[in-house]
Order: sequence, then C-alpha cells, then structure tokens
Amino acid sequence: MAETAVSSSSGLAAAQPAPATSNSLLNAITSRLVIIVPYLWLLFFFLIPFAIVFKISLSQTAIAMPPYTPVFGVDGFFDALSQLNFDNYVWLTEDALYFNAYVSSVIIAAISTFLALLIAYPIAYGMARAPTTIRPTLLMLVILPFWTSFLIRVYAWIGILKPEGLLNQVLLATGIIDEPLIILNTHIAIFIGIVYSYLPFMVLPLYSSLEKMDYSLIEAAQDLGCPPISAFWKITFPLSLPGVVAGCMLVFIPAVGEFVIPDLLGGSETLMIGKTLWNEFFNNRDWPVSSAVAVILLLLLIVPIMIFQSAQARAQEQGR
Amino acid sequence: MSGNWSRFNIASIVLGFAFLYLPIVLLVIFSFNESKLVTVWGGFSTKWYVSLFHNQGLMDAAWVTLRVGVISATVATVLGTLAALALTRYTRFRGRILFSGMVFAPLVMPEVITGLSLLLLFVAVGFDRGFLTVTLAHITFSMCFVAVVVQSRLMTFDRSLEEAAMDLGAPPVKTFFQITLPVILPAIVSGWMLAFTLSIDDLVISSFTSGPGATTLPMKIYSQVRLGVTPEINAACTLMIAVVAVGVIAASVANKRREVQRARDEQAAQRG
Amino acid sequence: MNSLGSIRRSFAPWNDPNAKPYIAFENVTKKFGDFTAVNNLSLSIFEKEFFALLGASGCGKSTLLRMLAGFDEPTAGRILLDGQDLRGIPPYRRPVNMMFQSYALFPHMTVEQNIAFGLKQEGMPKPDIEQRVADMLKLVKLTQFAKRKPHQLSGGQRQRVALARSVAKRPKVLLLDEPLGALDKKLREETQFELMDLQQTLGLTFVVVTHDQEEAMTMADRIAILDKGEVMQVATPAEVYEAPGSRYVASFVGNINMLEGTVAERTENRARITGASGAEIVVENAGDAAAGNTVAFAIRPEKIKVSSRPPAQGTANVMEGEIYDLAYLGDMTVYHVRLADGQVLKASALNSSRVTEDPLTWNDRAWVSFAPDAGVVLTR
Repeated sequence: MAETAVSSSSGLAAAQPAPATSNSLLNAITSRLVIIVPYLWLLFFFLIPFAIVFKISLSQTAIAMPPYTPVFGVDGFFDALSQLNFDNYVWLTEDALYFNAYVSSVIIAAISTFLALLIAYPIAYGMARAPTTIRPTLLMLVILPFWTSFLIRVYAWIGILKPEGLLNQVLLATGIIDEPLIILNTHIAIFIGIVYSYLPFMVLPLYSSLEKMDYSLIEAAQDLGCPPISAFWKITFPLSLPGVVAGCMLVFIPAVGEFVIPDLLGGSETLMIGKTLWNEFFNNRDWPVSSAVAVILLLLLIVPIMIFQSAQARAQEQGR
Repeated sequence: MSGNWSRFNIASIVLGFAFLYLPIVLLVIFSFNESKLVTVWGGFSTKWYVSLFHNQGLMDAAWVTLRVGVISATVATVLGTLAALALTRYTRFRGRILFSGMVFAPLVMPEVITGLSLLLLFVAVGFDRGFLTVTLAHITFSMCFVAVVVQSRLMTFDRSLEEAAMDLGAPPVKTFFQITLPVILPAIVSGWMLAFTLSIDDLVISSFTSGPGATTLPMKIYSQVRLGVTPEINAACTLMIAVVAVGVIAASVANKRREVQRARDEQAAQRG
Repeated sequence: MNSLGSIRRSFAPWNDPNAKPYIAFENVTKKFGDFTAVNNLSLSIFEKEFFALLGASGCGKSTLLRMLAGFDEPTAGRILLDGQDLRGIPPYRRPVNMMFQSYALFPHMTVEQNIAFGLKQEGMPKPDIEQRVADMLKLVKLTQFAKRKPHQLSGGQRQRVALARSVAKRPKVLLLDEPLGALDKKLREETQFELMDLQQTLGLTFVVVTHDQEEAMTMADRIAILDKGEVMQVATPAEVYEAPGSRYVASFVGNINMLEGTVAERTENRARITGASGAEIVVENAGDAAAGNTVAFAIRPEKIKVSSRPPAQGTANVMEGEIYDLAYLGDMTVYHVRLADGQVLKASALNSSRVTEDPLTWNDRAWVSFAPDAGVVLTR
C-alpha cells in the first residue's frame, strides 16, 4: 500500500495538486502507523520484558520489595555489567531439583505430544475423508472445547480420575478391576490432561494438511500396486508431515512450560519446570531465581519455537 | 481429500469426540447434584447455583473478568488487525523478521514466562499491579491470536477489490474502511471472540500480573479448586461454559443463516 | 466395397467373429445411492485396441474406467479382463494402470521416484528398475528432468511423467482419464499423435475417457458414445461420424443438420421423406425406417452444396432459401441458409481457390442440394 500511495500521488498531481499532496501525506502516515503501533506495543510488552527477565536473572536476591536489587537503570550500562553475577545460574546447576525438573518437563511433554499425535491422527484423517457437507460441523466440534475454559477442562478430569472418581466407579462396577486405580497425582494423569487440553491444536494442523491432499494420489499408489496400509506410509504420511510438525510444536512447546495441568492433576510429587517457576516466584518469592529458570526454559524452547516459526513462514509463502 | 468414509474413520471420530466432550458433559451433570460429593449422584438440585449467586467473592471476580475481557479483546482486536495488515501488506520493512517473530512467538510461549516477564516489566516501570496491568497483559498475548486469525483471512483477500476502489478514485485510507474492512469483518469478529475467551480463561498470566482488588474468576476458581472439588465450582464452570456455548452457537447460526440466504439469493439471481 | 469416411483399417478385430474380447463389461450396473451411473451396460474391447469412452460429464464414462481400475465395484454384472473376472480384486492387484486426470504425481518424490514407484511395489530388482526408469524417461524425452520434483515441471512435462509412470509396469491395459484435458490446444494436438505412437510402440490396450469428440476421433480405433450410463453406439470414428445410430450421437459428434419428417414411401433401398413444410427428400441407405415412421434426416454441413443459381433440372433434393448468415473461416466458409419454412440449414464449402466468382452474401437467394446418399435417416 505504501508504494501505491506514492504512485497515486504522482498520478494525481497534475490534475489536482494541492489536495493530492496532503492526501498522500496522510496516507503515508497511516500506512506507517499500521506497522509502527503494533510493532511498538510488542516491543514494549513482549521483547523488553524478556530483556528485563534476563537482567534480573543476573541480579541478587534482596529482601526488600521488589525482591531484587536492580542491576540496571540510569547508573550506566558499564556499571551494570560489572555488577553482573551468575549466582542464580550457578544455583540452578548446583541444585538437582532444577535439572530434574527441566528433564522431566521435556520427557513428559514429549510423551504427551506423541500420544496426542497418535490420538489426533485418526481423528483428523477421518475428518478429512468425511463427506464435504459435514466437514465444517466436525471442524467446529473440534474447536468448540477450545472456547471453554482451559482451567475448567483440566478441573473436570479431577472428578473423573480420583480414586473414588467416575472412571474407577465405572471400572469397579463393570468388574474390570477389583481395586481403584491410582491415576490422579501420577504422570498418567498429566499425560491425559495435556493430551486432552491440547488435542485440538494437534487435530487442526493435521486436518488442514490432510484435507488439502488430493485423494487421487492414494488411488494412484494403489493403482501402481501399493496396498492401502503401505500407501498410507509412503504417500499420506509423508505428505502430512508439515501438519505433523506444526501440531507437535503447538503441543510440545506450551506443554514443557505447563503449570495448571501438573499442579492440579500431577500432585505435589510431580516435577515440571512451569510449576517449579511458579513455586519459586509465589512461594519462595525469589524473583531472580525464577527469572533464571525462565531464561533457561526459553533457551530450551528456542529451537522448537524456531522450527514452528519457519513452518509458519513456509505455510504463509505457500498461501500466497 | 475425500474417498470412502470407512467404518474405521467414523469410529475414530466418534471416540475422539467422546474423549473431548465426556469430561465437560460430566462436569455439567454433576453441577446439578444434590449431594456435596461431586462424584456420587444424590438427586437433581439447583441449590449450588443459588449458593453461587450468594458468593460475593465469586461474583466480584466474575465482574472483573468480564470487564478485563471486553476491554482487552477490543484493544487486542485493533492492534492484532493492524499487525495482520502489516504482515500481509508490507513484505519488506526494517525489522520484519523480528516483528513476525514477536507475533507468532506468544502463540506457543509458555504462559509462566509471559506472565513473569510482564510482571517484571510492570514493576520496573512502576505500574501498580491491578486492573490496568492485567488488561495490558491480556491485550499483549491475545492480540497475537487476533493477528493470526485476521492474517489468514487477508491472505485469501482479492487485492483487485482494493485496486478497483482506488482505480475509481478512493484514496488508500478510504479504500481500507469502505472495501477491505467490510470484507474481512467476519475474521475480525471471530478474532475478537477468540481474544475475549482467551482473556476470561486465563489463569497463569493473570496471577502474575494482577494485584489486590483485581482477582479474576479463573484465579478465584483455581484457589477454591486447590482446596477441593465442590459442586459450587461445577456450577460456576457450567455457567461459564453456557455463556461461551451460547455465544459460539449464536455466532455460527447467524453465519449459517447468512450463508443459506446468500445461496438462496444466488440461486434466485441465476434463475432470474 | 465403398468405405465410410475415406479411411481403410487393417486392424479391425471387432469385425472378426472369432476374436475374443480382451475386456468385457457384461450387464454392468453401478449405483451411487439413488443415482444410477451405469445402467446394465455391455461392452467389448479387444487386445491392442485404442478405445475411447466419449460422453458429456455425468454420462458414466469415468465410472466405467474406475470400475476397470478397481476403485469402484459394479453393483451388478461383471467385468472380465483376459477371461478373468475382476470382481473382488483390489486395485493394487489388477494388471491395469491408470493415468489420472490430475496426473496424481506424488509431490514429495522426484520424477525418477514417481516412475519407479510401481516397479518397486512389484519387488523388481534394483538394477532392472533403474534400467526401466531410464528407458521410460527416454521414451517420454524427460531424461534430463529425472531429479526434478513435479512442481518444477511444466504442464506438458507433468503429463509425460504421469504417462511414463503408468506404462512403466507394462500393464495389460492402460486407462487414461481425460489425458489431455489440462493441456492447451496446441500441445493437445501434438500430444494426441504422441499417444498414438506410444500405443503402437508398446503394443498396449488403451482405454481413454474423454469429453472431447475431436480427441476421440483422432486417437481411437473405436469410440463408445455414452449417455446417462448407457452405450448409445460403439463404432469406428468414421462410422460414428458418417453413420450415427441415433439423434443423440449425430448431434453429439460434429456439426449436423437435422430435418424432422415422415417416411412417405419406402422401397428396397430408397426412402422418400416429407417434411413438415412439404419439402421432399430422397434418401439411399434408409436403414430400418419403414413407411409412416417419424424420422430425422441428418446431414453434415460439408455434404450440402450451396449455389447462387438453381441446379440443373432433375437434380435430387434441391431446396430454395435465403442466405441468413455466413462465416468466413479461412479454409472454408459456413453458410446459414433459411428455408421457406423458416428452418435454417448449415452448409460449408471448402475454399479451394483464392478467388471466387460471384460469391454469395447476406440476403442472397440460394439453392441447397445434396446427393441421395449424403445423409442418414435416424429412427431413434
């Protein structure tokens, strides 16, 4: 639009010079504003906060409020540099708690992502092969739970998974088990919670990549002598890989830092980094250490986030 | 993709949807439970809804949530639409990569990180934590979702409509308000609804950025859930679900009706 | 013996009573819910034949092809290939291959991998696969594009990859679904001849589905014209054009004038037809038309002679009219002549010389005439 504004001003200049110039100036300004306003907002409320987190992670704990000694300010940048200390990071490496929390977060998130993929794929595949008339309805049904509160959906599972909960009642009544299963406050409950909460995020990208696929490709494979299951692995699955990658990233990245699910379903024993950060912040009121935890979590997620970004960018390029 | 809809396909959809909906349905059912035990059916009752309305704390929190939701969704929709325009219309400007990174990253950013970083920002610039800070935080993360929704609509937008308007003498700004905006309006509306639900849902970022007097409903529910599952919470959740469900269904019915009307008009025009 | 359409064929197994059909549709019916796509259809196709299924969209031609490939099973009846009943044999075990309308090239595989795909399924040894792929690439002149992905090819190149992929397995029958549909006109004409050469070289049986009558006429040994799931006529292109079996076939293939009338008199070989306006037409080869029948007399525009003067006395089938419209097309001129009863006849004249004496123009009086064997009588 910027280029158009310039060219139209020169085009109109001969006919009606005065208003055209002021108009095009206005247009040039508004077209700049379109970029500048959201840009500045995100810089101030998204990027700068990260810089602050990073800064504070390098400062010392103080008892006073706010509970850290400021490392930056008008005193000058070099002054600040000399005061940097990595105590908080040293602290993180010395205490096995943090290391274990990171590792177990990644493992739990990875297993949950894989389970979500296993469950979501047949759903997305079924949706993509559904008659075109009912596809929009199916799509809406997948999205609908997402509009209800995340907290509520996690909370609903407590009543189901408790030892005296609905699942155990059903299983005991039907005689499948003799003793109630202990699921709540275990990793299994966390897996269920993550898979359940993030399932739409997995189904949607899978569906959109499967739906785009030309069904005659599968017929062509079969025509050339490939049985259906083999055709799935040789044609359908490879072609749905962009959806698989996008879906896995959409589940894995937030799941690593998940707080509500491990807190409500995982019990006090569970070690996940989001929960550790929360406790460090709200219970121990140690802002520098929680900032350091956040910085490392971010570093951990930077590769998956970049994968997600480039997948998004590629999808955008293809969309043009 | 199409082809035969096999029994396996239907079964996986049915099971998948059962998994998605069963917990919510059970939650709603047990909000009408007479017994205080959430998992044992003691007969039908609406007493938890009555006690809910006498719970002043919850009611206050609901009011805060509603106000934060409306304000933040509205501002986020404006900012998100601008961001979407910037991303689709200006393919090169300084810092575009950083900009698109800042738009997409919050979609997957763990909430604890966003919440913590915003809190530290507010402390650093000396904002008192409360209603304003929660609202600012909600605007920030939900504008990115709006941007994505609007952007995907803009990518399929036929640019020749705008070119036609300019060809007929409308300057760019006028073109935007008279041509572009009406066409992408449905996407903007669904962006607003998405921002609103994200806002009234949010627990983690609100917990970090809110202060005294600005407790939101999810924060209130969370603190009660930690103490144990009660039918009163089920009732509160059911009401929230009902509000959202009515909104979504109303929107989709309106949409459907528009489509049907459009199809009918087109048929009539062709017969015409 | 006189030949129809000035073409003589040496390959004509359909005229040999002892020849066994290679593909046989026997009373095949296919229903999709309430919709009958193919209705009790029987059809024989012979080995090494280039056979075309021609019809408008929704006539059931693609369904026939898909049943042959195994993507759809007949609701009733059976399909035999080389004497074997195909019922229940899944597509991946059938010795037929298909070239898809969309080409269905696997986007994540190179040209080479696409062509090798079917061979790998057979478990062919690797060196043999490589050899066969190289041969195929040479055949379709794409050797230097072996490592490209489908999206890096032009439409014509993609078409050739699809072709190479479907013939790589040396199927008993090659099925082609609108093989030239996605190409532009010029490329389509070139490719028609390439396809015919390829069929000759490989000695395969080709079954092609098309809605383009010109394409079918050019390429096929025989054409089956389908309408509403039924076969209207199976014949060589010349027979279809010169001796259509019904009004539908006559009007579907090429341009034709149709005059409705009644058979006034029928002798052994001749028939006299009176039109609604009282005009009289004398026809040879009147087929099964009997006196009193309501029939259509069908005649192609190029078989009607237009002149500015009345033809000599005693000439059969002369009608007088007025030039209503005319179009100069370069190689020929098309005249629309309005007869006394208001009916418009189309007639075309080849412009065999550059200069015409006394040319006809709009609103001129004109006389049309045609020989008794120039048209056909259609009872259906």
